[in-house]
Amino acid sequence: MRVTLKVWRQKDAKAEGRFVTYEASEVNPEMSFLEMLDVVNESLALEGEDPIAFDHDCREGICGTCGVVINGRPHGPRERTTACQLHMRSFSDGDVLTIEPWRADAFPVVRDLVVDRTAFDRIMAAGGFVSATIGGAQDGNTIPIPKEDSDLAMDAAACIGCGACVAACPNASAMLFTAAKISHLGLLPQGQPERSERVRSMVARMDAEGFGTCTNHGECEAACPKAIRVEFIARMNADFVRAKFTAGRRESGLAEGNG
Amino acid sequence: MKLDARVPSGPIEKKWEKHRFEMKLVNPSNKRRYSIIVVGSGLAGGGGAAAMAELGYNVRCFCYQDSPRRAHSIAAQGGINAAKNYRNDGDSVRRLFYDTVKGGDFRAREANVYRLAEVSVNIIDQCVAQGVPFAREYGGLLDNRSFGGAQVSRTFYARGQTGQQLLLGAYQALERQIGLGQVAMYSRHEMQELIVVDGRARGVVVRDMVTGELETHLADAVCLATGGYGNVFYLATNAKGCNTTAIWRAYKKGAAFANPCFTQIHPTCIPVTGEYQSKLTLMSESLRNDGRIWVPKAKGDKRPPIEIPEDERDYYLERMYPTYGNLAPRDIASRAAKRVCDEGRGVGPTGRGVYLDFKDAIARLGKRKIEENYGNLFEMYQRITDENPYEVPMCIYPASHYTMGGLWVDYDLMSTIPGLFVLGEANFSDHGANRLGASALMQGLGDGYFVIPHTIGNYLAREKFSPVPDDHPEVVAAQEAVAARTKRLLAIRGRRSVTSFHRELGKILWEHCGMERNRKGLEHALGQLPGLREEFWKNVNVPGSGQELNQSLEVAGRVADFLELGELMCLDALERDESCGCHFRTEHQMADGEAKRDDQKFCHVAAWEHTGDGRKPNRHVEPLTYENVDLAVRSYK
Repeated sequence: MRVTLKVWRQKDAKAEGRFVTYEASEVNPEMSFLEMLDVVNESLALEGEDPIAFDHDCREGICGTCGVVINGRPHGPRERTTACQLHMRSFSDGDVLTIEPWRADAFPVVRDLVVDRTAFDRIMAAGGFVSATIGGAQDGNTIPIPKEDSDLAMDAAACIGCGACVAACPNASAMLFTAAKISHLGLLPQGQPERSERVRSMVARMDAEGFGTCTNHGECEAACPKAIRVEFIARMNADFVRAKFTAGRRESGLAEGNG
Repeated sequence: MKLDARVPSGPIEKKWEKHRFEMKLVNPSNKRRYSIIVVGSGLAGGGGAAAMAELGYNVRCFCYQDSPRRAHSIAAQGGINAAKNYRNDGDSVRRLFYDTVKGGDFRAREANVYRLAEVSVNIIDQCVAQGVPFAREYGGLLDNRSFGGAQVSRTFYARGQTGQQLLLGAYQALERQIGLGQVAMYSRHEMQELIVVDGRARGVVVRDMVTGELETHLADAVCLATGGYGNVFYLATNAKGCNTTAIWRAYKKGAAFANPCFTQIHPTCIPVTGEYQSKLTLMSESLRNDGRIWVPKAKGDKRPPIEIPEDERDYYLERMYPTYGNLAPRDIASRAAKRVCDEGRGVGPTGRGVYLDFKDAIARLGKRKIEENYGNLFEMYQRITDENPYEVPMCIYPASHYTMGGLWVDYDLMSTIPGLFVLGEANFSDHGANRLGASALMQGLGDGYFVIPHTIGNYLAREKFSPVPDDHPEVVAAQEAVAARTKRLLAIRGRRSVTSFHRELGKILWEHCGMERNRKGLEHALGQLPGLREEFWKNVNVPGSGQELNQSLEVAGRVADFLELGELMCLDALERDESCGCHFRTEHQMADGEAKRDDQKFCHVAAWEHTGDGRKPNRHVEPLTYENVDLAVRSYK
């Protein structure tokens, strides 16, 4: 099959970008979308042109590295599928594919389709963890955890941090990403001691990074390759409100303890 | 070069405890005076960086990915072993130790394996404390499943994403230390060279992959946790970026490379479909708990699988290995698949495939239970192949997956270069000639969380360090070597793509140094490889410059190193004139086709010392002694 690609090309973060059209004439429907780009790139390189830069690594939908907007949809047309697991049989002969990077102020373009998502790491560093120092943990079966809680925590923990939720959101909000981690840890007994502090710090960091706010469009859930549900955002909001109310009490309690 | 494993004396179950007491400690307030470089951010690197930072060391961690959360540990599906005996089915530290030594076909160092089995229980506890959402039973306790090469259920898992959840646990611990300022993280930085000063590892040269700038980082010790080199075969289950460059640079600076020919070919991967293919996808070994592997009894039977009646199917693993059946170890299952395909009984469009069938399991357990256990794997299979494994059997074939070989390390995980530690898959230590399923995650976290935090202190406390000046001749030489190499790659402007060389290398190795090897094939490969390497340096096309994000340049540097490593693999395979585990020399087999070891001549680790480009490396030997297990013929019948 044959497809026409309109690809966003941008030399570096400061340069101005533009769409450039390429013809991919020998596409096998069994190829993955990224393999199709590989083939285009091999021929570009041999013609002396710079290949199209795009992020990818595991190519099996788990590392979260890849991600481009295809015809307006993050990761392309197929539900719950990362760009690396999207196959060309999802398209038809003669299709025109517009390929762009994630668009969000908090994800500046590095080159072509590559963006800088380190803002996600900084949100995690702000509180996306349980402070369980390595060594001397108690036996793993000491605290039984109801299977439903554990399964729900796993649903949230399945987030691969690709950023499609941000790219899909009209506000470029990172609330689905942040809420997934807050819900994962907040649903487990291990996450309780830091639950309030976690939601406060992570939300503050998320705001500081320049992500927008949630206005309940639900585009994030639709774009998420791991089907992370927007109900986790509701959980995060509930935790956030609770943390606001308990903030003073907790801090004064801490002060007394220190005294 | 002298290989001294420095294994502590005393009974095996007391060695690690005794050693921990005898090791020198660094005073808590002195730890902040030491700086440590960690290259790699997977279970071993990320976990180790977090653990060492928690102790108070100043850590700098580097990864080529855009975030430490993307290290390839994330792709491990099935699970992690631990000798918890929660099933009451006869498991123990000693049994996990025994299974691992036997699974590795008696080519691993006993003391290291025992320690790994010991810390396995701590790993699970630590992960639970971090909030890793392991699978649980309705009573709220941790669930287990079985994996190949064991007769107990000791594998802990988080759906089909165990590696992801364990890595996120380590990443979260790492991010906490980054937030506290105890770890400085350098993502999109790739190690290009090791800096050795006065015989000790003191730093690295890295490339900032966004700007192309070369940076020098100096420290008191360097830890490489850069994973395996399975991508040497081009088509592999590894992430595209996985490479050998860090350990290969270290090898060329004097670190011995042990057992390079021990490469694991995993039996259950989605078969190759075309020339454009960029990677192969693993289907977790856990599927063999319930899936039955078969091919038609008749050659060239092209009927669709559902039309082939029961009595015309050959469930060959169950037939050949009645005790372990479909849970035979990976090397054995892979070889068996290759053989039935060589006999002309393979299935799928290319004839290089076997069926993995869930029909009986679905009838026995119900579709819902199968979906709960393997749903995401089935979905992944369907996405890639466009076939529904609930209705038709999966078609699978072996692929390069893991490398047991790696840099030689002593009991403290230190290489032959003092101050250079090697963790996880990058070292050679624990799996011998074949790794059992669910043991890689165990080793990565074991090395990172529970071994290196102790042993690094023992090294730092015994040595004296003065700062290395930025203009030290060794530093300048390392920088210049990297710059010259980059310049050379960019100057060729040849007519062949980097990938075409990589593909060709992969084909040679897959053919002659893959699931079966023999003298003739290895000698043939050794004859071809120098020519391919020479052509690469004359005719490769690397567009762009060194002062920008240049993915072609990144790949070219990695392939250049793979081209050299491939030769060392073949040399190692040739010199190891026996069969053991994954290393199957067709000249050495039993009457029934099983691997025939030669314990008289080859019960040792082969560690190669670089002697200069274009010169044959020296082969050194670390004898392996088995005091706690009988050196027996491995049998899974």
